[in-house]
Amino acid sequence: MAEITFLDAIREGLSEEMERDPNVFCLGEDIGRYGGAFKATDGLQARFGESRVIDTPVSEAAIVGAAAGAAHYGMRPVCEMQFIDFVSCAYDMLTNYVATARYRAMLPCPLVVRGPSGGYVRGGPFHSQNPEAAFLHTPGLKIAYPATAEDAKGMLKAAIRDDDPVLFFEHKYLYRRIKGTMPPGDHLVPLGKARVAREGTHLSIITYAATVWKALEAAEELEREDGLSVEVLDLRSLLPLDDEAIVATVKKTSRVLVVHEDTVTGGIAGEITARINELCFEWLDAPVRRVAAHDVPLPYAPPLEDFVLPQTSDIVRASRWLAAY
Amino acid sequence: MRLTRTLEERLVALYRQTKVVGGLFRSLGQEACAVGSAFALERRDVLSPLIRNLGSMLVKGAEPVEILRQYMAKGNSPTRGRELNIHFGDVVDRNFVGQISHLGDMVPVMAGVTLTFRMRGEDRVGLVYVGDGATSTGAFHEGINFAAVQRCPLVVVVENNGYAYSTPTNRQTAAARLADKAVGYGVPGVRADGNDVLEVYRVTRAAVDQARAGGGVTLLELMTYRRKGHAEHDSQSYVPPGEIETWAETNDPLDRYGERLTGEFGFDGAALGAVDEEVRATVDAATDQAETAPPCDGPDALRGVYADPAEMPVLWYRGDAAAAVTAHERPAGWGTHDG
Repeated sequence: MAEITFLDAIREGLSEEMERDPNVFCLGEDIGRYGGAFKATDGLQARFGESRVIDTPVSEAAIVGAAAGAAHYGMRPVCEMQFIDFVSCAYDMLTNYVATARYRAMLPCPLVVRGPSGGYVRGGPFHSQNPEAAFLHTPGLKIAYPATAEDAKGMLKAAIRDDDPVLFFEHKYLYRRIKGTMPPGDHLVPLGKARVAREGTHLSIITYAATVWKALEAAEELEREDGLSVEVLDLRSLLPLDDEAIVATVKKTSRVLVVHEDTVTGGIAGEITARINELCFEWLDAPVRRVAAHDVPLPYAPPLEDFVLPQTSDIVRASRWLAAY
Repeated sequence: MRLTRTLEERLVALYRQTKVVGGLFRSLGQEACAVGSAFALERRDVLSPLIRNLGSMLVKGAEPVEILRQYMAKGNSPTRGRELNIHFGDVVDRNFVGQISHLGDMVPVMAGVTLTFRMRGEDRVGLVYVGDGATSTGAFHEGINFAAVQRCPLVVVVENNGYAYSTPTNRQTAAARLADKAVGYGVPGVRADGNDVLEVYRVTRAAVDQARAGGGVTLLELMTYRRKGHAEHDSQSYVPPGEIETWAETNDPLDRYGERLTGEFGFDGAALGAVDEEVRATVDAATDQAETAPPCDGPDALRGVYADPAEMPVLWYRGDAAAAVTAHERPAGWGTHDG
């Protein structure tokens, strides 16, 4: 099988699910004829028609609200946010309406909201966001944030088949930079399960999305230069979190660095650290530390963005701190 | 209009030299909307531009060098590298309010700006630009409705250029005319030729005068055409063949104004050529100035999030690892107890 990009994997996942289930349809801004701002849905309208790949007005709240209504009556809508930054315009729909639907009114709401997220691309404050933490605090939603092309496809297919609403973050830095070979057949990756991206014994880095690749780079450097064996745990799903995998890696290495691209205060690393404290404090040989973005809106200029976001060298330095503790 | 076009053409050249860091957004073919409407305001009046309203900011006193520095992410750009393109404001002197990327959001913001003028009895008017796309947002609806109810001195300019990214206006709204939406808000709705700069000035001036006189909100729909893509990278594959060329050849706002200047107002070709030359010299000088401007300094990213503290802390992992371990505070007798 040939390697395909992360972006192609997304498109393949969408296409296969639309082929498999006539209830699956896509809606979003410029996704039809144009194929989406990043071409994630390129060719889908030609293949499945205008009624199943719908170009919408600039109306994120209506996109998500309409998806919810369709989902109540048996459809499986997949909403695209042109940039995930614009999911804020649908925040009310997602947190008040969609997330509570099953609990408050027995309304099934199997929909997916997907879109390009993340920085390292000079996108400035409104085309670079990582808003996952804003939704982590919303019972009723699920959150997926894959790092590999294989997971992008397998998890998107699983998200579409999931009976609950799933926010699906696609890191735009990975779209064309990361490639993978898709397993043959109906490739599904379950939500809620982390993945050991690299085995190690001295230190664990728990992370997700683009910083998985930075953690892997750091792990190689630490092995080469310091003789450290670093384990990298790719969470893949943020809600629910895979406690079992988190605890397993903590027990294995006893030193933990949590890394994410989102800003540090109120970020997901805080939740992970709290769980480690509650579940396996006795195994720790050092405090759990966080490497995440500085607490500022993400700026545009390259020197500023580079300063604000966590870099591979930061993960290396923080790992040395933990190893020396 | 000439300055807008020449400055944008210079930005394209810089973009191709990869000196523009992010995306580049053009207003080619719709310069009259921004320029004609901004001229209807006094200096004390406030406008909020959208991405294709560079011309309105130049009218309000934005300097070409500021625009160039901003696009090139220079350390002395108006936002010191924090934001892109024409996303910046000046509420102290020149009176334009910086936009964000989320469409429609500036309508409620400008409702609040003009509400303030009304509350304080200040003789000031606001003007907010949106595109055909933004009229589909909740923020647009809530903002114009709020301003209408409050009789805010606000002019809402909907620049209908035919496309929101790839989406044609007839896929954006089922309404025949965006100006008709005014009926639902209980305000006057006026549609005008957005490529006739004098007509744009005339209808905007009437709406501004009405707002100033206590007449509240007017919705103006300016009909124009976006001859370039959403941004410079956009191939415009969705545009029917010949459409762009037709507009360029038969309905260019600069050509039309030029013809009127020579035909009706007695200017000759040499006078217009002199203006073009002056504009080119201005843009050349601004380019030289912007290109030599220093880049941003990384740690400056931590400044300006709050009034107090003025600077956010550098995170722990940027420091020296060994020193951090030694410095990490521990209680007396730490590590000595036997469990």
